[in-house]
Amino acid sequence: MTAVTDHGPAADRARARSAAARGPGSRRRLRTPWRTRLEILFFVTPALVLFAVFLVVPVVQAGRYSLYDWNGLGPMDDFVGLANYASALGNEVFRGAVGHNLTIVVLSILIQLPLGLGIALLLNREIRGRTALRVIIFVPYVLAEVVASVVWFMLLQPNGAIDALLESIGLGGVVQLWLGDPDVALYTVMVVLTWKYLGLAVILMLAGLQGVPEELYEAAQIDGASWWQVQRRIAVPLLSPTIRTWVFLSMIGSLQQFDMVWILTAGGPANSTTTMATYLISQGTDRSLYGYASAVAVLLFGISFVLAALYQTFVLRPRSERRPETEVGR
Amino acid sequence: MKHPTRMASAVALGASIALLAAACSGGSDEGSTGEASEGADVTLTWWHNSNNEPGRGFYEQAAADYEADHPGVTIEIQALQHEDMLTKLDAAFQTGDTPDVYMERGGGELADHVEAELTMDLTDVAADAVETVGGSVAGWQVDGRTYALPFSVGVVGFWYNTELFEQAGITEAPTTMDEFDDAVSALRDAGIAPVSVGAGDLWPAAHFWYYFAVRQCAQDVLSEAVTSLDFSDECFLRAGEDLEHLIGTEPFNEGFLATPAQSGPTSASALLATGQVAMELAGHWEPGVMQGLTEDQLGLGENTGWFPFPQVDGGEGDPAATLGGGDAWACSADAPPECVDFISYLLSDDVQIGFAENSMGLPTNQAASGSVADPALADLLTVRDSAPYVQLYLDTAFGENVGGAMNDAIGLMFAGDASPQDIVDAIQSAAGTA
Repeated sequence: MTAVTDHGPAADRARARSAAARGPGSRRRLRTPWRTRLEILFFVTPALVLFAVFLVVPVVQAGRYSLYDWNGLGPMDDFVGLANYASALGNEVFRGAVGHNLTIVVLSILIQLPLGLGIALLLNREIRGRTALRVIIFVPYVLAEVVASVVWFMLLQPNGAIDALLESIGLGGVVQLWLGDPDVALYTVMVVLTWKYLGLAVILMLAGLQGVPEELYEAAQIDGASWWQVQRRIAVPLLSPTIRTWVFLSMIGSLQQFDMVWILTAGGPANSTTTMATYLISQGTDRSLYGYASAVAVLLFGISFVLAALYQTFVLRPRSERRPETEVGR
Repeated sequence: MKHPTRMASAVALGASIALLAAACSGGSDEGSTGEASEGADVTLTWWHNSNNEPGRGFYEQAAADYEADHPGVTIEIQALQHEDMLTKLDAAFQTGDTPDVYMERGGGELADHVEAELTMDLTDVAADAVETVGGSVAGWQVDGRTYALPFSVGVVGFWYNTELFEQAGITEAPTTMDEFDDAVSALRDAGIAPVSVGAGDLWPAAHFWYYFAVRQCAQDVLSEAVTSLDFSDECFLRAGEDLEHLIGTEPFNEGFLATPAQSGPTSASALLATGQVAMELAGHWEPGVMQGLTEDQLGLGENTGWFPFPQVDGGEGDPAATLGGGDAWACSADAPPECVDFISYLLSDDVQIGFAENSMGLPTNQAASGSVADPALADLLTVRDSAPYVQLYLDTAFGENVGGAMNDAIGLMFAGDASPQDIVDAIQSAAGTA
């Protein structure tokens, strides 16, 4: 409670302090927490209610639905235990979807991390048109995912703009059925995802670079370090908290990927791009297997949760433990 | 000092909760009208998908005429875009807040609604109207009881571009699969993509398998299988083999696995409408869809041609049998009794003739048969009425779950990933777990 009181309005604190100095401050203290509590309640209630109504209740409900064979109509009375989970885990398409999600997670990090880092380091220099370049790189991220997907969908049609472009620069030979070939579609989606989300990586890393003190660069330059050495020994190590956070965001986003895939391929062709989210939507709303789709949703939640927890434990925690070192370094 | 502050906080707190509560429960007080309706004023809510002219205005007029003849009855219309209507209906069925008059597509979906007691049994209360509609009503019956009145039933066949056929030197529309194969090669030799299929949406691809099943299987085998979901008869394997052969001849547009059915300029319908392919397997809706996809609103215009799905070698099905489906008016289970009278009125000679004159579909009331304005639809009506039977689209017939699993498996065959046996297995296993 004391900690909370400390955060109260400055006026209150001042009054409380002077009351305490006067001696008979106990009554005063009793009253202040009441007010503070009300204040907290007032500010927190809307958020808590929203949290409960739109998050806790649905999650609990999904858990409940997942134990029934239910088509969404009439009473839910066909209790099947864990059968929905068993059939999801035994389903080839679902397992494929998990594989696609993990592919997206890994490829996103492998592609976007070096690219994002490289671009951020370059854009951190004093070059002409830097602001314009930053804007250009960030624009795809600001664009609504649905809008971007529809545009790419049109561009990627057979004999569409992308094919025409490739042919005009003499690369007609690489033209594929970008969205229509089961062996290619997932990689096409990956390219579009990279285009879309690279901006976020760049902006985050640029922000992180702003936190690297100028003196360190200067000191290194005085010591005769090359630009490359400065980046490698100073900028990148000091950027690592930002990078870890970005990896975390990217991972969670990849696991929940829906919009882009849904519009570009709807999980097809031949289930070659299904993600867990598109699979659960197609099973739930298209097939009316609400119990089964809920089981898939719970599995998606579980997988994301476990990966997030593991990452938190093994990657994000050491950062906070190492932090004093960095602090000393500064 | 203390009290006002607390009061203020408490009031504000209460207000924020109340606001949230209000936001959550907004607008739930509709639809509770007209349950006890003896002599009192009744309001019927009616959802339909004719959200464009002339259909929209036609239905408004029909409702106004009905209101004029039936004082005390008010009809509240919501004209929704088709997909929006389906989404809204799904939600309405789950919350029990269904409109009084709505559209049923029949088959397994209807069976689910009947099982959940959401739909009114019309067998006795609308006996006359059921008789008017005749044989078409079969797709909307469950266990011999009728639950909806079909107002438009169409058939699926090949729509083709007569000009492109001419260019390829094809003088007669193919009547057998062998002739069809020849037509495909003739078109390809002339540099024309033969067939477009919206396999990205699965069902247009699945229609090929359904039709091969209609051609390969005797009527009683097929109708038996639709109810028992037992697909052990060998004719279903032959349907898959026929499809495998057809896919092997590579008749489809480039990138067909990702082609949407009807939406946008790259859809299968648009490819046909803009002369980029010679034909497409589609239902009675195709001319209308193509009109919407072309700038001049004419679709293929005078070059529109139609031929029935060709016959297959050794098929046991009637060569004149067709695959089709349609829409029917239904009353929700708790709709006031006036609902039955109103949907019977929608099937009356007058309304169905107007429906036909506006080319809104293929009327089921024989009295309207001569009134279909659009020549392409009029031809289809003849085909439908001379068919020994119209098999409801199999995915609709089986319901969303089994139908969806079947369409997925057929889609896999189009991608070269499923055998004829896989399709049969997929249906059986979905049916077993349904």
